[in-house]
Amino acid sequence: MPSNPSQNPNPAAIELKSGSITLPILKVHTADIADIDQQLQQKLGKAPEFFRNAPIIIDLGELPDEQKKTLDFDALLKTLQGLALAPVGMRGGTADQQKLAQAEKIAVLADVRTESSPEAASDKKPAPKRAIPPPRPITATTKVIDQPVRSGQRIYASGGDLIVLAQVSPGAEIMADGNIHVYGPLKGRALAGVQGNLEARIYCSDLQAQLIAIGGNYRTNEGEDDSLKGKLVQVYLQDDALVVESL
Amino acid sequence: MARIIVVTSGKGGVGKTTTSAAISMGLALRGHRTVVIDFDIGLRNLDLIMGCERRVVYDFVNVINNEASLNQALIKDKRCENLFILPASQTRDKDALTLEGVERVLNELSENYDYIVCDSPAGIERGAHLAMYFADDAIVVTNPEVSSVRDSDRMLGLLASKSRRAEQNQEPIREYLLLTRYSPQRVKLGEMLSVDDVQEILSLHLLGVIPESKAVLSASNSGNPVVIDDKSDAGQAYQDVVSRYLGEEVPHRFIDEEKKGLFGRLFGGKA
Repeated sequence: MPSNPSQNPNPAAIELKSGSITLPILKVHTADIADIDQQLQQKLGKAPEFFRNAPIIIDLGELPDEQKKTLDFDALLKTLQGLALAPVGMRGGTADQQKLAQAEKIAVLADVRTESSPEAASDKKPAPKRAIPPPRPITATTKVIDQPVRSGQRIYASGGDLIVLAQVSPGAEIMADGNIHVYGPLKGRALAGVQGNLEARIYCSDLQAQLIAIGGNYRTNEGEDDSLKGKLVQVYLQDDALVVESL
Repeated sequence: MARIIVVTSGKGGVGKTTTSAAISMGLALRGHRTVVIDFDIGLRNLDLIMGCERRVVYDFVNVINNEASLNQALIKDKRCENLFILPASQTRDKDALTLEGVERVLNELSENYDYIVCDSPAGIERGAHLAMYFADDAIVVTNPEVSSVRDSDRMLGLLASKSRRAEQNQEPIREYLLLTRYSPQRVKLGEMLSVDDVQEILSLHLLGVIPESKAVLSASNSGNPVVIDDKSDAGQAYQDVVSRYLGEEVPHRFIDEEKKGLFGRLFGGKA
């Protein structure tokens, strides 16, 4: 970014950088707002704290054109805001929907498949500092925790894996979009693949968890099975059932 | 600059005030200028345990509200000239405490004292939060009992995330475990959690083990911190705790059952 000293007397005041940020994308498959509301509530109910005030991108690109035209974008926005989500961008909508978005100060993003409307393109040019999220996350980051996770604490590894190198106390919650590895006693709750990744796995060197879940499928531990305590185990989902096996 | 120590636990009735009194008296007797502050607004106890309840004129809330100066509120201990007590208010409640007010008082005290001991109330709400917010060291008082251990674990999580050091990404609060009301006989019988059991759940640096002792009740009845009673097991245990806190290597006593001979039973502190 060129800086012009004569116009900007304090050259260190700001920096314009481009970066990529991973955000949840809400792909809309129906124009029925009530349906969207109900299914969203179900999904959000699985990790309510994470989704509170979470930024979200609305993607209307999957809707066939006739449905897209009938979708009440204003109602959709109100639904999302009612669920304490914060829509920060949208793409794939009609020209009218894009105007509505801009009126609500929601960014209109480039759609990878269809061409963006001329108004959206011209609005984007003077604001290059708004980071445009890539269509799919290119790199998944791993969160590493090396302190014990105490009762009442919540750790969420967004967009990637979680590695915990100490114990997880009863009453603690660890969550990840990807896999979870705990190299210590796991006595709290572990939820992997919270955004719906059914391929996620949980690895643990001492599984005493109160609850384990992959992609929303969960199992509590009532303490019946102590045979795997202290052993290195792997948990994965097979035919909608959680399988725990020692490695 | 003073070192701010918070004595906290989460669970109530585990021995925070007894410990605050003992440790602050112990530090003062070693020559360090110490002040101990009662953060339990509305349910104050520190003044009773320290034996100065008849000398309370102004309190912590008065100082925060600028109704009195620190010098007017601080009570000088009659047994040790290095020790001062800042009592809590009995008539108000914890909403009278403000973050800015507490910070101002602690800053003013920091200039003149080596150690500031904050006696936290039970729970994890405002009073407990303010008591631990500015701490440099935390002594987590725990009974070897499941609900106390779980509450202490919760408090450790809060210390690691909701203190000023955590919020400003500074070096974290140094956490110490103090096991109180420990009974080696019951541990041996398998009725009580042992030190190892507690450590397996909490994984903390063990500052000391205080045995269950009749001396504690006698101490609070007489208004003398138990650490002064150096014939009692609890008193000696607290003296060890102060030594360990100050960096000395002191082996842990009172963890194993003692075999008491006739002399021990006659002259020892516990029956």
